[in-house]
Amino acid sequence: MGHHGHIEVTSTQPYNFSSRNRMIAMVMMVIGLVAIIAQFATHHEQTWANLLWNNFIFMGMALGATFFLAVQYVAEVGWSAVIKRPLEAMGQSLPVAGVIMILIIALGGKHLYHWMDGGITDPNAANYDEIIAGKSAYLNPVFFWVRVVLYFAIWTYFARLFRANSLRMDAGEGTPAYIKNRRYAAAFLVLFAITESTMSWDFIMSIETHWYSTLFGWYTFSGFFVTSLAALAFIVTYLKHKGYLPEVSEHHLHDIGKFMFAFSIFWTYLWFAQFMLIWYSNIPEEVTYFMLRQDHYRGIWLAAFFINFIAPFIILMSRDAKRKKYLVMFMSAIIFIGHWLDFYIMVVPGSMVIAGHHAAAHAAEGAAHGGQIFGSIGLMEIGTTIGFIGLFAYITQHFLSKSPLVVKNHPMMEESLHHAI
Amino acid sequence: MSAAKHKKFVYGIFNDDDVVMHAIPALRSKGLRVKDVISPFPIHGLDDALGLERTRISITCFLYGMTGCSLALLMMYYMNIFDWPMDIGGKPSFAFYKNLPAFIPVTFESTVLCAAHGMVITFFLRSKLLPGVEPHVIHPRMADDHFVMAVQIDNDSEAANVEAQLRAAGAIETKK
Repeated sequence: MGHHGHIEVTSTQPYNFSSRNRMIAMVMMVIGLVAIIAQFATHHEQTWANLLWNNFIFMGMALGATFFLAVQYVAEVGWSAVIKRPLEAMGQSLPVAGVIMILIIALGGKHLYHWMDGGITDPNAANYDEIIAGKSAYLNPVFFWVRVVLYFAIWTYFARLFRANSLRMDAGEGTPAYIKNRRYAAAFLVLFAITESTMSWDFIMSIETHWYSTLFGWYTFSGFFVTSLAALAFIVTYLKHKGYLPEVSEHHLHDIGKFMFAFSIFWTYLWFAQFMLIWYSNIPEEVTYFMLRQDHYRGIWLAAFFINFIAPFIILMSRDAKRKKYLVMFMSAIIFIGHWLDFYIMVVPGSMVIAGHHAAAHAAEGAAHGGQIFGSIGLMEIGTTIGFIGLFAYITQHFLSKSPLVVKNHPMMEESLHHAI
Repeated sequence: MSAAKHKKFVYGIFNDDDVVMHAIPALRSKGLRVKDVISPFPIHGLDDALGLERTRISITCFLYGMTGCSLALLMMYYMNIFDWPMDIGGKPSFAFYKNLPAFIPVTFESTVLCAAHGMVITFFLRSKLLPGVEPHVIHPRMADDHFVMAVQIDNDSEAANVEAQLRAAGAIETKK
């Protein structure tokens, strides 16, 4: 079984980003742009929520990959050495996601976050909100913007640093560059643990400013981390489909499949832990969050749960399933759709309530139906998502085509090539 | 291992897992029936090298898990819905499916309990590891730092030849 034979690294060439793939990614981005422009042109209430929702997934895929890469260094993992280049390439989307996120919140923050309404913390204002005023030590514009800029600065710095040191391994500085990356990875993981929690409060939980869940940081993490593992599985199986990465054996696929399976269960655990405690205790200030979703988004809310739990649980449970290239690829797409729906449920219902308030304040007919507006998933939303997938695909393929597909002089490479489970 | 009573084996004792891994294909190419290797730690690729069938313990795990899951749900249905309807979490629905979230933690624990214990007990029974059973120790250091390779033979006249070949392949000791 190749246990004792010497295996050579054959992926010494970079990925060939063909003009056809470039074209496909471009067309996807154009579709996204058209969908976004059409939403603005038709004053679609869900425009800003759509952008935040899709950009958050886009950012999460890059951030999750960088986190996974850092874990591989800190734990001195052997098997994953052959898949480090795809992980590095995925992380390079972070600065782009950061610029888009800052633009979305700078231009559309008032349509997304209740606490950003002017005068809401002013006791003399008509729309004064005592609960939000009590949270203003954390949720105030200055501190918020400092945090957002810091998040993307830190994540981008580390994503680029890991890649730079990895390229230095190629250049001949093998183990010393690896040890540098391991140290930086340890620092990154500490910063990630803090920024990931606060980031999920800032970007998503503060949409429904009155509501809070102490589990929210973990829950958000499990969601975008599974999405990034699914993206990794898709990229690796796609590269294998194209004849790249012959070093990635079914054993490596098995491990990637295990990660997708395990973190789907982990997501379910957190989803259920958050839901069950709130459902059981039935406290009005907490339970409104789920009442809104159960009453008006029941289909998507339940679909997200079933797609993200039942499907991977049943299909990815067996050892054979995790070793089949095209089944892993198919499941990565299913898991992406599931978490796409789950992030919709996290972002859109809350911002639609705010859109409803705004509509009620501006128009008489808005007040007529109690200022309630509910989101939906249609062509505009799917178009926006296609655009972000195109952007992610373009950046990832661009960086895959810049360096050999397998790291040279990686100290764990021999172990990774002989990986057998 | 009940077959060990009427099947005959010659055992080679090795002190290096790498030598064992090399010896398996080498001895097999000479026509020796290498049946099993006993190792104090898992050797990657050993099962493939020996051509062992995949264990069926994971199937039993699934079956025990399903048993635990159904038993727990049945128990809670009987206790909290059928026999003594409970107002759970201030929501007096008295319907099984509406109260299901409250039953999930117990169901999960019962599933894990039955799957884990079922698997361990099955493994013990299957391997004849019961209290009072005389252990079949081939070499005193086989659970310490030595590796035992079992080669099947049909009659005792083959033994000398097999022992010689085992030593040639790197065995430090042989045993009938």
